[in-house]
Amino acid sequence: MRQLAWRLGQSILLLVGVSLCSFVLLSAAPGNFFDELKLNPQISSATVSALQAQYGANRPLPERYARWVASIVRGDWGYSLSYHSPVGGLVWQRARNTLLLTTFAVLLAWMVALPWGIAEALHKGGWIDRTGEVILALLLAMPDVLLALLLLLLAARTGWFPTGGMSSTDAAELSAAAKAWDLARHLFLPATALALTTMPILARHVRSAMVGVLDAPFLTAARGHGIPKFRLLSRYALPVALNSLISLFGFSVGSLLSISLLVEIILSWPGLGPLVVEAVLARDIYVVVAATMFSAACLIVGNLLADVLLYCTDPRIRPVHS
Amino acid sequence: MNARASTKVFVTLFIAMHLIVILPGFFSTQGYAEQSRDVPFAPPTRLHFVLADGQFSLRPFVYGWDRAALDTGTYEIDRSQIYPLRFFTTGSPYTVVKGWVATTHLLGAEKPGRLFLFGTDDFGRDEFSRMLYGGRISILAGWIGAAIALFTGGIVGLISGYSGRWVDSVTMRLVELFMALPWLYLLFAVRAILPLRIETTDTFILLIAVVGIIGWARPARLVRSMVLSAKERNFVLASRAMGASHFHILRKHILPQVSGLLLTMAAYLIPQFILAEVTLSFLGLGIGEPVPSWGTLLAELQKYNVLVNYWWMYAPGVALVALFLIYHWASTTIQQKVEVPIA
Repeated sequence: MRQLAWRLGQSILLLVGVSLCSFVLLSAAPGNFFDELKLNPQISSATVSALQAQYGANRPLPERYARWVASIVRGDWGYSLSYHSPVGGLVWQRARNTLLLTTFAVLLAWMVALPWGIAEALHKGGWIDRTGEVILALLLAMPDVLLALLLLLLAARTGWFPTGGMSSTDAAELSAAAKAWDLARHLFLPATALALTTMPILARHVRSAMVGVLDAPFLTAARGHGIPKFRLLSRYALPVALNSLISLFGFSVGSLLSISLLVEIILSWPGLGPLVVEAVLARDIYVVVAATMFSAACLIVGNLLADVLLYCTDPRIRPVHS
Repeated sequence: MNARASTKVFVTLFIAMHLIVILPGFFSTQGYAEQSRDVPFAPPTRLHFVLADGQFSLRPFVYGWDRAALDTGTYEIDRSQIYPLRFFTTGSPYTVVKGWVATTHLLGAEKPGRLFLFGTDDFGRDEFSRMLYGGRISILAGWIGAAIALFTGGIVGLISGYSGRWVDSVTMRLVELFMALPWLYLLFAVRAILPLRIETTDTFILLIAVVGIIGWARPARLVRSMVLSAKERNFVLASRAMGASHFHILRKHILPQVSGLLLTMAAYLIPQFILAEVTLSFLGLGIGEPVPSWGTLLAELQKYNVLVNYWWMYAPGVALVALFLIYHWASTTIQQKVEVPIA
């Protein structure tokens, strides 16, 4: 427990660091939201400077950061200048969609990667292993941009899947079950794109972890006792291989958030991705900072979750109770 | 295919791909901004070998398009006139290095025939030539980005691992901070430092330099962990006991031990930075028109009619996959040779 508290404290410090880092980087950028306003001939320069004063944009950087932190503590994430709405609600609404997408993608990726890696490990050196490796190498070499575009082409050509968005236009009138089905249909393509980009890495790790375990003497002994193959795998081999896979789970959550940004833009999923890019283009700094904070928090939570899971599954990590 | 033969194939491909993008002007059939407005989205020009009278011609030739059909927007070949292909033809001028302008192209059709190996885009620009020029930008971005990341990461890792104590803990916390940021968000944050519109190749290189800096954390951590064990080796301790300076030890004893790791990292990082450039350009945050990069070329596919109708516009994507396969192969091969862990 103490270990966990220590890790938690470390994570919070890390988040503070992330916020400071992104704040400074974005403030160092030439031009801000008001410079864009000044270019608009319909807005007088007096209005712009009044707005600047109102939002405190002309104060020095440390003061702005301090005010920002103070407002975060109060639960206020700032105000988006280009969307004219509070950042908290704006980001959270999009972040929910991103979370939904990445959760599905993580599940999907693991559901494919686990059997894939195990099958390869069982037939090490055989044709299953070799063809599997070739497919993985191809997928690994496929940039996520291209993968998302190809899936989009599939949707456009066949019409099996909607080509974007999260729900059909008539979704409001549908029954609950039909709504869920509609959502699943919209979710399928982006989730597949995401899953396919991480699956190869996961499958390779599963394979190498399983290969290490399958050669272990205790497994040969278990096999000698005549334990059936499925039970051998699920009860004897997998729990041992699980250790390295759990840390990988934390990693897969974090990396998916980055990739989802691109996939969301290409497949027009209304998540954080499109919002962040628009915010960067509009110099809407608080939106970018909030989104970065959210994604960093997700990454940290993913790693924490992996640690807790490890603690639960591996007795060697637990401190000895005296 | 045995291991030796496949090594030969891969090395040849590696060199060929890089040679082509170092000299895009020579291998391309025209300049990247040259427009033929009368033939937008022309399909790839087919090479023919059989003449109209059924005779076989060893020299491939191409046909022109039927004028009347072009006016209605369809592409039908006009068999009345053939244009043989020629090697080392004189075509539009290009700059090899600053100040050296050449006009010789590897391949071209006899004038006034036109050769679009991979078809054209919406302005009638030759997709093949644009892909070669785009490859120059993208691959250059990968190399420069990786070099900067390795240089800064390597130095930080060396110093942090070698000096230990508080320097080490401070840099490692900083590394953790950078690794906690999802890289695409980090990329956007760093990208925001530079002005939105990037006009020339020079500013673009500046952009890539900035992008390269974000990649320092991972190499720094790996180099540090290797230095930690390397500095405890007996010959290093002996050198220290004989009064060698820290700089001498770092350069002569530690650096050779981590050079294998650096090489593996390079093969691993270059594709990553190529991807970073492609991503930025794809989203319109990278290099501006008319200079092509694989990212801006792929961005064309975001238009629905291009995505569905013009398959030749996928050519840069195919090139990317091929290049990444080669780099993956290179990194695993080097890794096996120098036996370093990479994660």
